[in-house]
Amino acid sequence: MIARRTAGATRFTAARRRISVGVMLRYVLRRMISLGLSLLVASALIFSVVELVPGDPASFMLGTGAQPETVAALRQQMGLDQPLPLRYAAWVGALLQGDLGQSFTYKTPIGGMILERMQVSLPLALMALTLAAAIAFPVGIYAAARRGKAGDAAVMGGTQLGIALPNFWFAMLLVLLFAVKLRWLPAGGFPGWSQPDAALRSLILPAVALALPQAAILARVLRSALIETQGQDYIRTARAKGLTAGQTLRRHALRNALIPVLTIMGMQFSFLLAGAIIIENVFYLPGLGRLIFQAISQRDLIVVQSAVLVLVAAVIAVTFLVDLAYAAVDPRLRNR
Amino acid sequence: MILGAALAGLALIAAVLSFAWTPHDITQLAIADRLQPPSAAHPFGTDHFGRDILSMVMLGARVSIAVALVAVGIGAGVGVPLGLLAAAHRGGWLDDLVMRGNDLIFAFPSLVIAILITAVFGPSALNAIIAIGIFNIPVFARVTRGGALPIWTLDYIRAAEVSGKGTALISLQHILPNIANLLIVQGTIQFSLGILAEAALSYVGLGAQPPTPSWGRMLAEAQTMVTLAPHVAIIPGLCIVLTVLGLNLLGDGLRDALDPRLKVAR
Amino acid sequence: MIDLRDLSVTIRGTQVLRDVDLRLHPGSITGLVGESGSGKSMTALAIMGLLPHRAQIGGQVMLDGQNLLTMSEPALCKIRGRRIGMIFQEPMTALNPLMTIGDQVAEVLRIHHGMDRTAALARARERLDRVGLPDPRFPLTLYPHELSGGQRQRVAIALAIAERPDLLIADEPTTALDVTTQAQILDLLAGLVREEGMALLLITHDLAVVAGLADRVAVMKAGEIVEEGPTETLFRTRSHPYTHQLFAASRHAPSRHAPATGSPLLRIRDAVREYRLPGGDRLRAVDGVSLTIGRGESVGLVGESGCGKSTLTRAILGLDPLQGGTIALDGRQVMAGRRMPRDLRARMQVVFQDPFGSFDPRWRVARLVAEPFHLTDRPAGWRDRVGAALSEVGLHPDDADRYIHEFSGGQRQRIAIARALIIRPDLIVLDEAVSALDVRVRAQVLDLLAGLRRSHGLSYLFISHDLSVVRGITDRVLVMQKGRIVEDGAAEQVIDTPSAPYTRRLVAAMPRIPTDWVA
Repeated sequence: MIARRTAGATRFTAARRRISVGVMLRYVLRRMISLGLSLLVASALIFSVVELVPGDPASFMLGTGAQPETVAALRQQMGLDQPLPLRYAAWVGALLQGDLGQSFTYKTPIGGMILERMQVSLPLALMALTLAAAIAFPVGIYAAARRGKAGDAAVMGGTQLGIALPNFWFAMLLVLLFAVKLRWLPAGGFPGWSQPDAALRSLILPAVALALPQAAILARVLRSALIETQGQDYIRTARAKGLTAGQTLRRHALRNALIPVLTIMGMQFSFLLAGAIIIENVFYLPGLGRLIFQAISQRDLIVVQSAVLVLVAAVIAVTFLVDLAYAAVDPRLRNR
Repeated sequence: MILGAALAGLALIAAVLSFAWTPHDITQLAIADRLQPPSAAHPFGTDHFGRDILSMVMLGARVSIAVALVAVGIGAGVGVPLGLLAAAHRGGWLDDLVMRGNDLIFAFPSLVIAILITAVFGPSALNAIIAIGIFNIPVFARVTRGGALPIWTLDYIRAAEVSGKGTALISLQHILPNIANLLIVQGTIQFSLGILAEAALSYVGLGAQPPTPSWGRMLAEAQTMVTLAPHVAIIPGLCIVLTVLGLNLLGDGLRDALDPRLKVAR
Repeated sequence: MIDLRDLSVTIRGTQVLRDVDLRLHPGSITGLVGESGSGKSMTALAIMGLLPHRAQIGGQVMLDGQNLLTMSEPALCKIRGRRIGMIFQEPMTALNPLMTIGDQVAEVLRIHHGMDRTAALARARERLDRVGLPDPRFPLTLYPHELSGGQRQRVAIALAIAERPDLLIADEPTTALDVTTQAQILDLLAGLVREEGMALLLITHDLAVVAGLADRVAVMKAGEIVEEGPTETLFRTRSHPYTHQLFAASRHAPSRHAPATGSPLLRIRDAVREYRLPGGDRLRAVDGVSLTIGRGESVGLVGESGCGKSTLTRAILGLDPLQGGTIALDGRQVMAGRRMPRDLRARMQVVFQDPFGSFDPRWRVARLVAEPFHLTDRPAGWRDRVGAALSEVGLHPDDADRYIHEFSGGQRQRIAIARALIIRPDLIVLDEAVSALDVRVRAQVLDLLAGLRRSHGLSYLFISHDLSVVRGITDRVLVMQKGRIVEDGAAEQVIDTPSAPYTRRLVAAMPRIPTDWVA
């Protein structure tokens, strides 16, 4: 019996190693296919929501006082005289060639506008996420290690407060303190990356305002994931090996607790990218969110449609990266 | 938990009370009294139109709570049945469909949904509710499915199947009561997130429209005069923080109180 | 040598260990036997210094003249894994899923000797070879999920003995394993003790396991050692009444009158059930099974995990469809789900293994027991029927108003039996129904089942991984391997003179108390 079983295992493991690179590739490929599908469905969804505007898009964009001729001209320019599926296909086709269309208000290519705005939104989101992680990791680990003690209770109370904080209000308080009272940092605006120093300085307060509530959430997730893994049998095994409580936490619990933390970080990144709209408003930053926001007030549906799709695509891409990170952390997922 | 319930209760009482009585009438503008610091007549001071901030805050609580509550209702009302359905057909195409649909909604950041909806249908409290509610659906569906899956593997479900009960009856009689705790806790979390989201939407002008007072809009209006009269910005913000904090503490407390495993350990 | 003196442990006011004295000698195996909650595992954790923080400890645990109980935590970390190793019951979760087996074994060497990774891995290789996971077949780069339960337990042993400790503590090391795997792991442990001269503390609930292996045995009850001595002497004399009870219960077979087996009740013909595996392959879990159960007959179905008995059970209960063949109950076809008529479903009930997962914790006993009435429409006097069923299984009718968490494991199995009886079925499927129970409770439940069968003319299909239990309660035994029935015969005949090679292996691997010790 044992002989037969181990012989089987040999063939299995040898074969496994030979194909392990292939397995990983196949995993990536499968994820990519589902990524493409998600993008397709998302684009269809955005397209049909925009189609739902009362009246038709052209008269919506021009407002009620528009001349019928102007509306008709725009209708033709937008291709509204063509059937719906054809228009969707044309939009997606153009997207695939990198053509996001042209802004109705500014008469400039949307791709360039988005690229320009990304130069603010992306660094801001990255700064905020890094900051959030830098705060959350030590705090979460500290709380988990002192579970049930005073230090843990203090951290948990503090994070509750952090979660309850509306970030735009927190941002206002930051401005009040650091810009108005202390005059350390600018209260708003963005000088552009030609002045890297000033540009970075103008992103500090927005990043802090975005990061703190996210850090609170992340710290709590990390703490509970750590506590959960510390109840596992393999932690007991590690202690029986002679590892100290600290070594057990660092070498065994942390890596296992990383999986739920990764999920949350992925979701947070997309939130930071899109949710920065509000913070961009507080600080008058020319980010992607503000672009969408302005386009809405200008009724520029073409910009709204394309910019929203870019945001959603970014979120889906981040999810894809998180999936890959899972597989890197957890060997059990690779051959699924 | 008691502190949490007290804070959340306070907000609720303020909201209910505002239907019958507020200290001052906020439709009466008194420019002469504008931007006054807190005093005996106006415990929270007055705003740039001389309106009593305490009265504004009470009326604002009404909007916040109503929006968040209805949004939780939408999320739970649609998400819970979907989650139960997915768990009952775990591994099947229906499960796949529900979960993929969830992922898709998750790919739209909640604010983007809200913005898209308001872009198309115009800003209003109702559209804010719909936007927040839609985002709540996958949250509830996920929690429901996640809670239901382990229960489906238990032997008492097999016993119910042997007793000839179908998936719908089992979901209703066995699964739902056993994940009720989970859903209540998630409900309080989504409720507090709803209040935050409503405030954010109103702040950028996509939520409740004037003249309805709302915490988020009070903050937006306060932004320009925050240096002149900080209390105008600080008080509505504190209201949000305390209400959300109260709800979160309540949720945590409920989780501990309702978890039978923790009860045994204590 | 390890010496426990007056070891006492109190947790939150409850004394879980009381004056435990135990000497563990190099090169010898000490069996620590007792029922669940008797304090066996607490003893092990006390030696390791891994008791919960709130525990208050008294007495001494002496290692080379040093008392481990008064040592500092850093000093204890140097003892654990180096002087004392430990393995646990559940091999599936005992290893870190994200770390290769090589690194997990090497880690012990690295923390105790500061060995570099290459040297530690080389030693790990040698230790894995020793526990029966030899080189080319089991590279160090494997992850735990690529191994079976028995193989994972070998890895756990390898890391526990990596430092050649003076004492190895094995807490129910084979309870989660199949019989044949259990025999191999026990052999491995015995060999290690012989060759490396370590002391082994073998903690188990199974008297037969210690009988075949231990040099000395200590019997534990409610936190105290009630009897201790050389294995054979202790088994022969059984001087303490508790030892006597345990011994009797573990060999208990209810009185069985010769059954008047009637016409066939359940008839299975060429049943086939396949699953699609994640890789796209198909697994034939049930592969052309045919069997018959007569009216009033009790039939055992025995096999190791993965043999297909659970799949077959689900098909018999009408929970899953077959892909081939037929199942007929009293001549009418059993089908999955709604297609099976309710009145046919009502003729069959089931009792599961897990006394904790078998009941909805939010329902009262009355509603739980009455659930099968869904098949027959609830009769007017249903509450009286519930009371009567509870009385029949040895509980009080008033228990109907209580919740399930108020009952012990044995009482819960009685409630499960009451639930199965309530609609007066012809056939009851007992799916590992006594496997989770302590021996004394198990003996009582077996008696109850035998009595009910007599009084109600029931047929049983008794599914188990354990041949010795099946022997006591069934007339006929079927042995299942890889989806097929490989042996079918009278219970005594199958166990005493097995014919199929697989059955022979199974019987040979079965731990047993030597017959001449019984006299």
